[in-house]
Amino acid sequence: MRVAPNKASRTNQAAQAPAADRPSGARNGAPAAQADHRSEPPHLDRDDRVALYRFMALHRAIEERGVSLYKQGKVPGSFYDGRGQEATCVGAAFALGPADPICPLIRDLGAHLVKGTSPRRVLAHYLGRPGGVSGAREGNVHFGDATLGVLGMVSMLPDMMPVAVGMAMAFKLRRESRCSLALFGDGATSVGDWHEAMNFAAVQQVPAIFVLEHNGYAYSTPSAQQFVVDPVERAAAYGMLGLSVDGNDVEAVFEAVRQARERALDGGGPTLIAAHTMRMHGHGLHDDARYVPAEQLAQWAERDPIALQRDRLVALGVDTDAISASVAAEVDQATTEALAMPMPDPATATTGVFSDGEAIPIGIGRAPWSGFR
Amino acid sequence: MAQLSYLEAISDALRIAMGEDERVILLGEDIGVHGGAFKVTDGLFAEFGADRVIDTPICEEAIVGSAVGAAIVGMRPVCEMQFADFVACAFDQIVNVAGKFHYRLGVAVPIVVRLPSGGGFSGGPYHSQNPEAWFLHSPGLKVVAPSSAEDAKGLLLAAIADPNPVLFLEHKNLYRRVRGEVPEGLYETPFTARTVRDGDDLVVIAYGAMVHTALEAIDQLPDASIRLLDLRSLCPLDEDAILAAVRDCSKVVVVDEANYTCAMGAQVSSVIAERAFEHLEGPVVRVATPDVPIPLAPALESAVLPSVERIRAACDELLAY
Repeated sequence: MRVAPNKASRTNQAAQAPAADRPSGARNGAPAAQADHRSEPPHLDRDDRVALYRFMALHRAIEERGVSLYKQGKVPGSFYDGRGQEATCVGAAFALGPADPICPLIRDLGAHLVKGTSPRRVLAHYLGRPGGVSGAREGNVHFGDATLGVLGMVSMLPDMMPVAVGMAMAFKLRRESRCSLALFGDGATSVGDWHEAMNFAAVQQVPAIFVLEHNGYAYSTPSAQQFVVDPVERAAAYGMLGLSVDGNDVEAVFEAVRQARERALDGGGPTLIAAHTMRMHGHGLHDDARYVPAEQLAQWAERDPIALQRDRLVALGVDTDAISASVAAEVDQATTEALAMPMPDPATATTGVFSDGEAIPIGIGRAPWSGFR
Repeated sequence: MAQLSYLEAISDALRIAMGEDERVILLGEDIGVHGGAFKVTDGLFAEFGADRVIDTPICEEAIVGSAVGAAIVGMRPVCEMQFADFVACAFDQIVNVAGKFHYRLGVAVPIVVRLPSGGGFSGGPYHSQNPEAWFLHSPGLKVVAPSSAEDAKGLLLAAIADPNPVLFLEHKNLYRRVRGEVPEGLYETPFTARTVRDGDDLVVIAYGAMVHTALEAIDQLPDASIRLLDLRSLCPLDEDAILAAVRDCSKVVVVDEANYTCAMGAQVSSVIAERAFEHLEGPVVRVATPDVPIPLAPALESAVLPSVERIRAACDELLAY
């Protein structure tokens, strides 16, 4: 576990974290040092570790199916995936309680799955069917089942950061034991909304968790052209705890977010977690990402987050092949069902711009971690 | 009934809404101890505390964005832009997040953004704008603009009760200039137009401060029977009231304090052209601010803002058509 311990001083935490905890900084050139796989994580039982693996495998399998359907011309619009980043979104969402809303980004399918969104509805969403999550109004990565506390992102990044702050502000005001979590990429840290949200969150000491998916590139722009100083260092300047974590280690991400949540619910305010990972595909399927050095991808491929967790489970004697088979069967079944769903009725295109009933707050999602059972 | 200024009526609405519903919170710059740049929230901090009257950093995107977040988990936030001009800094959160959430994801966003708007007091290019058209062009947002104290209170209470994002344009030049009888307690004014004065030779269609300017102009034309229609709500637009007025009067002057191009008045003219052409006995005449920033010097500002004289001249010319 390579998470900075939760000590007293809020502002100095990031600076106190050992340099080894912050792999490669803004260059994102080399994978992080190996985590210790042998030690038993204190807050995850065997079922949790299997669940983390299965959510990541499901994330990847659904997206691989999405790519295939896209290439068959069945997915309208464009297609983006999160290959290589499954651990960050799954680990983060797994640490959240049922009433904690999450604002995922475009490569965070696993977060939707952890919160309880079914593969069938995800695939129906890809296929532009009204039975999908956005009622066919949105494409590939812009979705979220609000009845499960998942807020669909907008393309202007990181617009959901201030929204997450507002949710957390309401929880604090109402003295509810809840927090919000927003994920965003390294490119989004250059935008004004990021600063406004970080500053306001710290001033108000709201129970929010900000997870930076530091995946090396904002479309084609490498981190070195995005900022000089790793954004995690900014946390101290805002007056909040900032720490780095291996974004390819799902258990490490879980533990970092678990601690951040505990701190948030104890009144300790927001936390910035920089999860170092790598975008293994292009920005979207239209992007061959030839601007990424091959050796950089090769290095990260050796630390594939799913393979990493599989190795742990194999060491525990878990039959991972059986999990893979069940994931494949689930995705097959979901695909069949999604393809059978009707296309949208054109007459519905102009409906639903306004709400004409009572405003219903977002709902409660699943929280599969054993700590909530 | 109490005699209240337009500003006092807005404050009264906020106080009543906060007293009736603990979900109502206020966010804005200097709205707490200071009571707001115009003192609209004066006294609310003492009455409801720092938890519900939230002084924010200077961060319009985060003010609206955090209001969206609070709203979707069950609060009823009312944001204050210190001047309507600064809503440009919150444009993205209003247009892309608040305005589209319900259509995209079925999530209602019950927020109100108060916009102290308009010119007429040497505010210059950044303290005088009427930004309503920016939002009329963006789906999912309601836009209201009261002209009287009674409507200011009733429309604000209705806006807070509405499940959608509502932009509430409160004209700064009416704050202390306009007073009127205001019902006590909680009431909601519908998002429809109101006939301020009846007549059947010509109808002047206006909203906000221009209702008062138009009324002065009409008073100077006692020989004509001139109707005055106050739109009150710009989105939804009360097209039925507009078309009924055109049918009755056959001549129309549309007045905007906003810049001429793609303004509310342009949309009203378009509705009339499309749906009431056969009832017209003359061209639709528009009076608006030309497409320039609002200059500061009184001589320059009064040269661009619609005046009593310009509205009167437009009516005169159309009556003789």
